Amino acid sequence: MNKHEMYIKMLLSSLLRRRSRMMVALLAVAIGAAVLLGMTTISYDIPRQMGREFRSYGANMLFVAAGGGAMMSLNDVDRAVALLPQGNLVGVTPYRYRPVRSNMQPYTAVGTRFDQVKKTSPWWNVSGAWPGSGNEILIGSDVAEFTRLGPGGTISLSGRNSEGARFSREMTVSGIVRTGGLEDGFLFMDLSTMEDLAGDAGTAEVAEVSVAANATDLSALVALIRDRVPTIAPQLVKRVTQSEASVLSRLQALVALVTLIVLVLTMICVATTMMTVVMERRKEIGLKKALGAENRSIVAEFLGEGICLGLLGGLLGVAFGWFFAWTISVNVFGRAIAFNIFLVPATLLVSVVVTGVACLIPVRRAIDVDPALVLRGE
Amino acid sequence: MGKEQNMNTTTSVPANILELRDVSMIYGQVKALQSICLTVKKGEWLAIMGPSGSGKTTMMNIIGCMDRPSSGAVILDGQDVSGMSLHALTRIRREGIGLIFQQFHLISYLTALENVMVAQYYHSMIDENEAMQALERVGLKDRAKHLPRQLSGGEQQRVCIARALINYPKLILADEPTGNLDEANEQIVLDLLRRLHAEGSTIIVVTHSPEVAEYAEKTIVLEHGRIVRTTENLKESGDK
Repeated sequence: MNKHEMYIKMLLSSLLRRRSRMMVALLAVAIGAAVLLGMTTISYDIPRQMGREFRSYGANMLFVAAGGGAMMSLNDVDRAVALLPQGNLVGVTPYRYRPVRSNMQPYTAVGTRFDQVKKTSPWWNVSGAWPGSGNEILIGSDVAEFTRLGPGGTISLSGRNSEGARFSREMTVSGIVRTGGLEDGFLFMDLSTMEDLAGDAGTAEVAEVSVAANATDLSALVALIRDRVPTIAPQLVKRVTQSEASVLSRLQALVALVTLIVLVLTMICVATTMMTVVMERRKEIGLKKALGAENRSIVAEFLGEGICLGLLGGLLGVAFGWFFAWTISVNVFGRAIAFNIFLVPATLLVSVVVTGVACLIPVRRAIDVDPALVLRGE
Repeated sequence: MGKEQNMNTTTSVPANILELRDVSMIYGQVKALQSICLTVKKGEWLAIMGPSGSGKTTMMNIIGCMDRPSSGAVILDGQDVSGMSLHALTRIRREGIGLIFQQFHLISYLTALENVMVAQYYHSMIDENEAMQALERVGLKDRAKHLPRQLSGGEQQRVCIARALINYPKLILADEPTGNLDEANEQIVLDLLRRLHAEGSTIIVVTHSPEVAEYAEKTIVLEHGRIVRTTENLKESGDK
C-alpha cells in the first residue's frame, strides 16, 4: 500500500463508516444536481417546446412590398418563404384588400387562403362554416349585425377591378367571423375569387407568416430575406416577438432562480452534515494532528470526502435529473426532450464545486482542532 | 535517513534529550506551571506524578510540542522549541515524538495494521512490512487485520505503542498508559516499555500509579504547577 492508496482507504472507510449521515448529504447533492440538470435541460428546451405553443398568438412576421409599393408578387413571397426553416414554418397567409359596395354601403373585401388562415390566426371564431366554393363568403360580425345576414344568406357585391372595369357578384354567406379586431368589419373570400373579380392574379398587399423561432433567429431571417429577395420588405410583429421573448426570459429566469435556491439549500445541507461530522471526529482529527498531520493533510481528507460526495451525488443527480426533465417535458409539453450530453460534466462540476464550497467552513473548524485534546481525554 | 536526522540541527550531540529551563504556563489567572526546571537524559525513563490539576497534562503538552510555554525555554534534542511556530512544532512532533495515550485513540474504521501505518503516512512513506514488524514487536502480528473494536483494551494499547514506535522517535511520551487496563494487560504494557527502555528509548510517563512510577529511573512529583519532589529510583534501570 502506498500513500495514495492509504489516502483513498482512509477516505472511503470514513465515508462508509458514517454512511447513514453521508446518505443524507449524498441525497441532498443528488437532489441539487437533479434539479440543476433537469431545470437546465428544460430551460434549454423551453424555446423549442414553447415555440409551437406561442404560434397560437398569431403571425410573428409580415411581408409587404419593398420600396413603398402597394402590391407584391406571390412568387416573390414563395421565394422568401423558401428561405425560412421549413420544419418550423407554421403557415403563410396572403391578404389582398379591395373596396366594394353592397346596397350602397362601402365595405372592404379581403381575399385570402382559408387553409392558411386557420394556421396563422387560430383564434378566429367562425360561426357557420368556412367558405368552400368560390362563391362563398365569410362576413365579419359587425357586418353581419349591420346587414342582418347570417349563414346561408346572400350578399350582392360590386366594385371596380384593377383596370377600372365594374364587377358585380351575388355571394352566399357561409359563416360569420368574430375576432374582436378589425376582421369583424371585413368580408373574406378566397384569394382566387378575389383574383377573378379584381384581376392582378398572383399578387397580395401583405402576407402574414408564422414561424417557430426566437427573436434573435427571426431578426436574422428578416435580414436574410431582405438580402435575398429585395422586392419583399419583411417585418417582425414586435408585439408578438417581444412578448414571446419576455415570457421566455421570465420563465428561464424563474427556472434559474429555483435552481439557484435548490443549490444553496444543497450547500447548506452538506455544510451542516460535514460540520456535524467534524464535531464527531474532533478526537480523530486531534489524534492525526498529534501524530504530525499538517493542516493540508486534514484539508485534503475532508475536501476529498466532499469531492467524493459531489461526484457520487452528481452522478445520481444526472440520472434523476434526466428522468425529471423527460417526465416534465412529456407531461407538460407533450413531447420528448432533447438531451444535451455536455450538461453531464457541467452538472458533475457544479456538484463538486457546491460540495467543495460547503466543506470550507467545516474544514476550517477541522484545522482549528487542538491536538492537545487527545491528552486531556476530552 | 530522515528518521535518523530528526531533530539534530546542532553539530554536537547533546547528552540531554530534554531540558526545561524556568518554564511557566499561565492560562489567564491560573498558573498551570511555575518555573519548572527539568532535564531528561537520553535513554532515561522519567515518571511524572501528581494529583489532578497539578500541571501534568500541561507539562505533557509542552514536552510533546502541542503547546508553547508562557515563558522559559524547552530544549528538545539541543533545539529550543519554545518559540517555534505551530507548523514547526507539528514537524518536530511528527519526526521526534511517539505518543501513547490512556484512551488508546485508535482510528475506529482502520485495522490495527493501518492504524500503525497512519503514523507512517503523516511522517513520510508507508512501509507495510515495517508496520507489521512493529505489531510483531508488541505481539500482535496475528491481530493485524482486526479493527479496534475487535481488540481487547490491552491489545489496543499495544497497537498504540506500535504506532508510537514506528517512526523511531527520540522520545516516547506516555500518558497514563496503563490507566484503562486490567492487571494482566498492565504488566504486558509495562514489560513492553521496559524492553523499549532497555533498547535505548527515552520514555516519559505520566501516571497516578506508584507501581508504574517504580519502573522509571527518576520520578518527579508535581503539585500546583511546581516540582515538589524528585526521586531517583535506586533499582536497576527499568527493573521492578
